[in-house]
Amino acid sequence: MDELLQFLVSGVVTGGIYALIAIGFVVVYKSTGVINFATGELMMLGAFFAWTAMAVAHLPFAAALLVAAAGAAAVGALVERVVLRPMLGQRPISIIMVTIGLSSVFKGIAQVVWGGEYRSFPTIFPRRPVELGPVVLPSRQAWPFLIAVAAIVLLAALFRFTRTGTAMRATANDQATAFGMGIDIRRVFSLSWVLASVTAALAGVVVGIIGGISPQLGAVGLRIFPVVILGGLDSIGGALVGGIVMGVLENLAGGYLDPLFPGTGVKEVAPFVALVLILMARPWGLFGTREIERL
Amino acid sequence: MNRPAPLLSVNNLEVVYHHTVQVLKGLSIEVPEGSIVALLGSNGAGKTTTLKAISGLLPLENGAIEAGAVLYRGQSLAGLLPHQIARRGLFQVREGRHIFDELTVEENLDCATYARRGRGGPAEDFGRVYRWFPRLKERRKQLGGYLSGGEQQMLAIGRALVARPDLMLLDEPSLGLSPLLVEEIFGIVRAINREEGTTILLVEQNAHMALEVASHAYIMENGKVVLDGPVEQLKRDRDVQEFYLGRRGGEAKSYRDVKHYKRRKRWLS
Repeated sequence: MDELLQFLVSGVVTGGIYALIAIGFVVVYKSTGVINFATGELMMLGAFFAWTAMAVAHLPFAAALLVAAAGAAAVGALVERVVLRPMLGQRPISIIMVTIGLSSVFKGIAQVVWGGEYRSFPTIFPRRPVELGPVVLPSRQAWPFLIAVAAIVLLAALFRFTRTGTAMRATANDQATAFGMGIDIRRVFSLSWVLASVTAALAGVVVGIIGGISPQLGAVGLRIFPVVILGGLDSIGGALVGGIVMGVLENLAGGYLDPLFPGTGVKEVAPFVALVLILMARPWGLFGTREIERL
Repeated sequence: MNRPAPLLSVNNLEVVYHHTVQVLKGLSIEVPEGSIVALLGSNGAGKTTTLKAISGLLPLENGAIEAGAVLYRGQSLAGLLPHQIARRGLFQVREGRHIFDELTVEENLDCATYARRGRGGPAEDFGRVYRWFPRLKERRKQLGGYLSGGEQQMLAIGRALVARPDLMLLDEPSLGLSPLLVEEIFGIVRAINREEGTTILLVEQNAHMALEVASHAYIMENGKVVLDGPVEQLKRDRDVQEFYLGRRGGEAKSYRDVKHYKRRKRWLS
């Protein structure tokens, strides 16, 4: 029983981080309709920004987080203005290809600037594991999880309670009408990219703390596709639930199925199997809008 | 002639969609400050296109102004984006209401504050809107998508009130509403014009109602104005009575008249 609880809690922890990544992805998709394949690489850049701030400039962790957020915001704004705005109105597939191209460019830049080797963050949090009743969490999972939760809560509050958040939701809901209301939707697009990049950067730092950083860190970004497709591409609540479900599935599969099929990596595959099954029943995801997306 | 310059004037406007389909073919209208002007015409005459050309939404649907000009307070609106036009005090209430269905009533109103140019703080309590439409107050925390058609129309006009425009473009406010609600909405439109001094350009298929509230009307066909004048004069016009008000000197109408109708229509355009 304790074992099950342990798997569930670790699952929620992993899932919370997935959810954070997925939300950044959904924000861009909802307001601009762009599927951002460079999400993982934005995470990687964010992680490197924070690492540089800490390991090279010897800033405290909180300042490093700010550096990562600011750097990512700048990258996001630049990408939106220089690369994506001129593509407005192009076919979705062209824009998707551009984001895939961007991901390669980012990887290349990171390779040049930081080199290819593995690095890890200096110790940030107290080493003592966090105990929740019978469940024990290593501190380098517990603290990042809290960061992820805080970021999600902050984002949700921004969308829900600020005037800018209302304008962003309105634009996602009905672009032309929002435009006619006096909302500058170009600013909303730009802001969506900034927010998504900051979110990705925080997620990158979190993932980097847990598993170390390299230009390949962005590969985790691919994990969120089952998450966002499961939750529905355009639902932030869905991203949250999708992330947790995937995290829990992964950990349960890792705990119970891996020993049965040693060496097969069931843990890695299980979420995708679940994805296929769920999509067979609900092709628009658990919470997505029921419409056909033509690509 | 010593008339004051109109608030809005549309001169010889030509609009083409997708570079091929010409919808407006030299349309000219004028809207004097403080008035209600009606734009009437059958389906596909180009009424909504006219409004979109004014409010800047045309490019979003692959439409473009090929010739002519839209002058607002004597200045051309060419090259302005929809949000810039809205912020100049020209606000369109679109056909089909276009409520943000995932936002609450209050959030819908909040969005329209973006169109306001420094008049009143953004934290307005929307009391003015609720005075015109008490029903919206009861529902202010509900999602727009759950309102009835009439309430959605009220919310659409409510958003325009929040924006405090000088010129309101009102596209088919009667669409899909019960006769009673249509009366109510038009009563409020007239009151808004009188009490708030808002100039209104009204597009309608319900010619009866439109001619009741407007002072001047234009009748469009095939992308052009074919007839215009003060409403009293238009109401007396035999063609208008026959084709737009459905009256014909007591005689019953039948399908045999269709031929005649076509002939007259051709004559009109």
